[in-house]
Amino acid sequence: METAPQFFRHGPGPLARLVFFALLSLLLMAIDTRFKYLPEIRQTIAVAIYPLQRLAHLPTAIYDQVSGLFVSRNLVDEIAYLRQQHLADQGQLQRLLALEAENAQLRNLLEAGQRAESKTTMAEILYIPHDPFSRKAILDKGSQAGIQPGQVVVDDAGVVGQITRVYPWLSEVTLITDKDHAVPVQLVRSGLRSMVSGTGEDGTLELRYLAANADIQDGDLLVTSGIDGIYPPGLPVALVSKIESNAAYAFARITCTPAAGVNRNRQVLILSPLPPVPERPAESIETKPEDKKRGKVGIR
Amino acid sequence: MKPNLKIKNEEKLAFVNSSQQEVLAHVRSRFIVLSLTAALLLNLLPLQGVALLLRPDFVALVVLYWSINQPQRVGMSIAFIMGLLMDVGDASIFGQHALAYSVMTFVALLLHRRLRIFSLRKQVPQVGLLLLSAQLVMLLTGLLASAHLPGWDFLLASASGALLWPLLPALVKIPQRRKPDSNAL
Repeated sequence: METAPQFFRHGPGPLARLVFFALLSLLLMAIDTRFKYLPEIRQTIAVAIYPLQRLAHLPTAIYDQVSGLFVSRNLVDEIAYLRQQHLADQGQLQRLLALEAENAQLRNLLEAGQRAESKTTMAEILYIPHDPFSRKAILDKGSQAGIQPGQVVVDDAGVVGQITRVYPWLSEVTLITDKDHAVPVQLVRSGLRSMVSGTGEDGTLELRYLAANADIQDGDLLVTSGIDGIYPPGLPVALVSKIESNAAYAFARITCTPAAGVNRNRQVLILSPLPPVPERPAESIETKPEDKKRGKVGIR
Repeated sequence: MKPNLKIKNEEKLAFVNSSQQEVLAHVRSRFIVLSLTAALLLNLLPLQGVALLLRPDFVALVVLYWSINQPQRVGMSIAFIMGLLMDVGDASIFGQHALAYSVMTFVALLLHRRLRIFSLRKQVPQVGLLLLSAQLVMLLTGLLASAHLPGWDFLLASASGALLWPLLPALVKIPQRRKPDSNAL
């Protein structure tokens, strides 16, 4: 009698439980990917593991503090370098201020809308999740610091990504190298507009659906075009690194290298959201006759 | 009532069977929770590049260890919960790790008697296969969701995890060995 439960443990128990858990997790996955519900459960779990995430970051933070104590000898050099840099930046900034004032005046004259200035929040990358299916990073600022989904993350060299999920004290950035991420860009040299998409691999981006004869060269700089209303215009995104145009295909294969990278520095800036894009003008009755006219013109 | 009876039976049997099992039979749930928390912490460490690629899934390892050595305490429900925690920590699809860990634990529970016959070194390839099964489940679900095939090097984590396996019992048992000593004193 005593050993009886031992034998019964191999009965339908484990299998039934496996089926239950498998169905439950499949259901959760379906809800998460298709309907984007479940934020509450995710939030709760995120709060529960938050102390662990901070604790895991502690060694790095301590290392920074301790190494900060021992670099005082390099500080003289660093200060000299930073002073030089500051002077150079200051010069550029003054030119920029003049240009900005001029730009504002010109826009006033032309009665065009003003360019929005964006405020920034500094954040630190806590860690990079080991998920082969997506490229993300976890930042140490969340909704408590006023972060919202959709905000753009940049570093000193260019665009890093976009905030896609916010927890009370943490947020997730989807990097521009993520397979499902695209940034509207513009070539600085030729003004050509396109979309740059991630490939799912670190350090490579792709310009899809660009004609094989498009005006593009190795080393061309891509900056955000700003037409999406999410990314402010003019932020560096990537450099064109390789162009393969094959006559057999309508489109060229263009590979780019991202300008920014999460592997370089841990500090990033979160830009404040842009003012909402003005509403798309509703299709009024007045425009329809015009369309008809145009159609007639086209026929003629 | 019944689960308690089962645990007692298991403990008695384990007590009789061997001296190694005697130590394990008295595992407190506190140690299990502690080791799982430590594994989660290790999984959340800020690593980059090759280190991140080679980092074994510590949570999967520890769940596997307990489901083989304490199948009455750690089963699929704990594996499932740890999976949900990892889903949030790894920013993956909610339920992806949970499914993978549940399947892995199911296989481990089926094979735990056979596995315990082997020495730790001989368990290495089998544990590697178990870890691989979890990664393959993740791969399948990931493919369903995003249709993006990651590089083969993603599977290296199973190999590194399996190589770490012989060291794991020593690490997990550290807090367990102290306990009887403090009682004796």
